[in-house]
Amino acid sequence: MAILSVKKLTKSFGGLTAVANLNLELNQGELVGLIGPNGAGKTTVFNLLTGVYEPSSGTIVLETEDRRRELQGQKPYNICKAGLARTFQNIRLFRDLTVLDNVRIAMHQNANYGLLSGLLHLPSYRKEEERLKKESYEFLRITKLDSKANELAKNLSYGEQRHLEIARALATKPVLLLLDEPAAGMNPAETAQLTQLIKWIRKEFHLTILLIEHDMSLVMKICERIYVLDYGMLIAEGTPEEIKSNKRVIKAYLGEDVSNAGD
Amino acid sequence: MKKRMTGLTPLRKWLVLIFTFAIVQLLIQLNIINDYLQATIATIFINIILAVSLNLITGFTGQFSLGHAGFMSIGAYVCGLTLLRIPTIGGFLAGLLTGAVLAAIVGFLVGLPTLRLRGDYLAIATLGMSEIIRIVFINLEITNGAAGLSGIPRFTNWAFLYIFAVGTILLISNFLKSTHGRACISIREDEIAAEAMGINTTKYKVTAFTIGAFCAGIAGALYASYFYYLNPNTFGFLKSIDVLVIVVLGGMGSLSGSVLAAILLAIISTILQDFSDLRMVIYAFLLIIIMIFRPQGLMGSKEITFKVFRNLGGLLSARKGGK
Ligand SMILES: Nc1ncnc2c1ncn2[C@@H]1O[C@H](COP(=O)(O)OP(=O)(O)O)[C@@H](O)[C@H]1O
Ligand SMILES: [Mg+2]
Repeated sequence: MAILSVKKLTKSFGGLTAVANLNLELNQGELVGLIGPNGAGKTTVFNLLTGVYEPSSGTIVLETEDRRRELQGQKPYNICKAGLARTFQNIRLFRDLTVLDNVRIAMHQNANYGLLSGLLHLPSYRKEEERLKKESYEFLRITKLDSKANELAKNLSYGEQRHLEIARALATKPVLLLLDEPAAGMNPAETAQLTQLIKWIRKEFHLTILLIEHDMSLVMKICERIYVLDYGMLIAEGTPEEIKSNKRVIKAYLGEDVSNAGD
Repeated sequence: MKKRMTGLTPLRKWLVLIFTFAIVQLLIQLNIINDYLQATIATIFINIILAVSLNLITGFTGQFSLGHAGFMSIGAYVCGLTLLRIPTIGGFLAGLLTGAVLAAIVGFLVGLPTLRLRGDYLAIATLGMSEIIRIVFINLEITNGAAGLSGIPRFTNWAFLYIFAVGTILLISNFLKSTHGRACISIREDEIAAEAMGINTTKYKVTAFTIGAFCAGIAGALYASYFYYLNPNTFGFLKSIDVLVIVVLGGMGSLSGSVLAAILLAIISTILQDFSDLRMVIYAFLLIIIMIFRPQGLMGSKEITFKVFRNLGGLLSARKGGK
């Protein structure tokens, strides 16, 4: 079953068409890669899916077991509520807040008490806050950040910040997770650890994942299918094997050695 | 050796609050705190309510508002007009509550469209709103126009000032520790990330704005029933700036900073009383100096909590033990 169907998605910035007529389908539980040279339009696709930008045209449909929703034109927080979560390529943590607060904020939709209870700290506040804290620590444990819960996000190392981005996205309890270059700036050891984490959360939370990544070995290793974008257009789609030997892909990457990656 | 730091128990916290109240009350009764000092205290506590509530909007939620005097004036006029007709304590409390609710309603209605604006635009829009409110009060018959209202009976006393100021601080600090308050803070930190994490940013900006306006309305009502006299020009642009200065000086995002700055500025302005010509110049000069050497404000975004009392207690007993 297709959990996400994107049809004829287009986004123009003035004269520049950043995404052109993109068709894309993700099946329940799949881990799919979205690759392409710099400026190909990958991040723009994420921004369209999560409502940061409104599409110039096209449709985005999220279909879970109980509901079918059209996401184009919706507000980001409603898209989040529908079950789409993301990380940001250019890390966008709440820098001056603690690691714990970063995750707790992402659990906002999940908090079950009203404004009055929050103002007066009624019993429902205490009970819910205790639960939120406990669950937040679970997400921090998964990403190995529980020992840093009370540190400010800006004081974490680069790799840790990338992990916190993932913890925060998970805390919104998504069905579909969008990861925008999660391994950027990581060393091989950190990347290997991240690979394990992605595999593990996918199984643990029954996630469908769409992954943008420049590290070809990572993409080839864990993705079941790959979409390739170039100048906003889809130039190839297929299994890692098919993509590696695709002439257009190799040409697009011109010099970047796709065929040997992942061995 | 070092004990684990824990805050005061709720009971102790209340004891500290009640004790502080009782001491000042006693000093007033004994006339050690005279009328002049009492008026200064009233100004300080009204400014604390204003600054703490503006801090919620500007320091914590990151929305630059220059309209706080407008909300204050609504509370002041509603309470003043009520008291002129019902000069009882019931009238005072009813006027205070109605004024605060009306200020909150105006805050909500103004906030809804303007809080979509960012930065400077929002500042200008809120400033415009505040000016419109002032001009309405100048032109209304019932508010006695530019001449203002006089002879408003005084019900604001130390007890009410203390209860409402402490109440405002507790309410807002509670709010900030809730998921709703964290939602507001996340807007200041990164609006796009906040939306992506499921925060309805418009809703929480308006929420902060409405709570802030409500508290400013209370401050206005307390003002009206302390100083006998209301004039629309009391609530002009400069009053909003005054409050903003307290917030910035104390530290954007620090409630205790706002309290500290409100007290400090009252002291400075009392000392400068004798240099009335130079007063505003010296005042402005001091602010510039402070902003150059401590741009994040006195407290930054840190808080003094009740732990201070505990630490003080610890320090004292340690000294005794040492001797
Ligand atoms: N907000 C924007 N305004 C104008 N141009 C944009 C905007 N966002 C992205 N673009 C342009 O769209 C193209 C695709 O960018 P992006 O999606 O970030 O690429 P990628 O993530 O694949 O590297 C680039 O040419 C970029 O300059
Ligand atoms: Mg990108």
